[in-house]
Amino acid sequence: MKTALITGGSRGIGKAIAQKLSEDCNVAVGYSNSKEKADEVVSLITAKGGNAISVHVDVTDHESIATCFENIENKFSVVDILVNNAGITKDNIFPRLKQEDWDEVINTNLTGSFRTTQRSIKGMMKNKWGRIIFISSVAGINGNTGQSNYAASKAGLIGLAKTISKELGSRNITSNVVAPGYIDTDMTSFLNDDQKEEIIGKLSIKRVGKPEDIANIVSFLCSDESEYITGQVFPVDGGLTI
Amino acid sequence: MEVNEIFEKVKNLFVDQLGIDTEKVNMEAKLEEDLDIDSLGIVEVVMAFEDEFEVVIDDDELKDVKTVGQAVNLLHSKL
Repeated sequence: MKTALITGGSRGIGKAIAQKLSEDCNVAVGYSNSKEKADEVVSLITAKGGNAISVHVDVTDHESIATCFENIENKFSVVDILVNNAGITKDNIFPRLKQEDWDEVINTNLTGSFRTTQRSIKGMMKNKWGRIIFISSVAGINGNTGQSNYAASKAGLIGLAKTISKELGSRNITSNVVAPGYIDTDMTSFLNDDQKEEIIGKLSIKRVGKPEDIANIVSFLCSDESEYITGQVFPVDGGLTI
Repeated sequence: MEVNEIFEKVKNLFVDQLGIDTEKVNMEAKLEEDLDIDSLGIVEVVMAFEDEFEVVIDDDELKDVKTVGQAVNLLHSKL
């Protein structure tokens, strides 16, 4: 059985991905702050007969990542499937954006994914099989007002994913990007009803996305069936970006 | 560790991890030309060396390593 690590797996999109992948894989639910929520996800998975653990992982900290991977390797195996989902926002209109907010978002969303991916690659190369998923955003493709730091971090993931796909494809390691649009999670909970209606008006499919909409494609991209798909960006946005 | 002992371990790593024919691995064999190891393969070999011999190999040290023998000698100098 393959082993998957989902960073930021305790809620929202990460939680849905963890639950979906647990149908076929051992799952490590990565969390940085919310251990209780991560443990809840583990309980939901184990109640259905799946194998899961919660693991602390601060993607800004090499030591934390090293400990996280050691814990997973001790409990299950090397990480075969890495879902880089942990991310933060520090929004502000660009002329007012503080450098510290720029740095923090890049360090977590982009450099954090670099750190976890580099740590996971060794085991994947040895096994000659691996799946790396980067959870980007439509903001990384089109930009988004007030999110220059977030959009830059999410666009950076695309370049990273494409390069890894070129370097490691010969070892059966694929690297793909999923770019969610407006998904109903804590990260979009600040939107009021009027704003949500305005967003829905721009979509081909007239509803806000669900975390499960993302989990389903991630599950496919982590499977053997997707072995010929690499270096691609998949917007899952109800038609927002067309 | 003796050179012969290092060579045997190195040979096993090439055979086990990269699937190279055992009879092709000798001290004179060129990594790229004779063993058909690409740049990523070199990285794999180095990672395997680091695990097996518990050493750290810098990229700079690899510049002059073109043959199995040179790799064995590099490891010998570190052990």
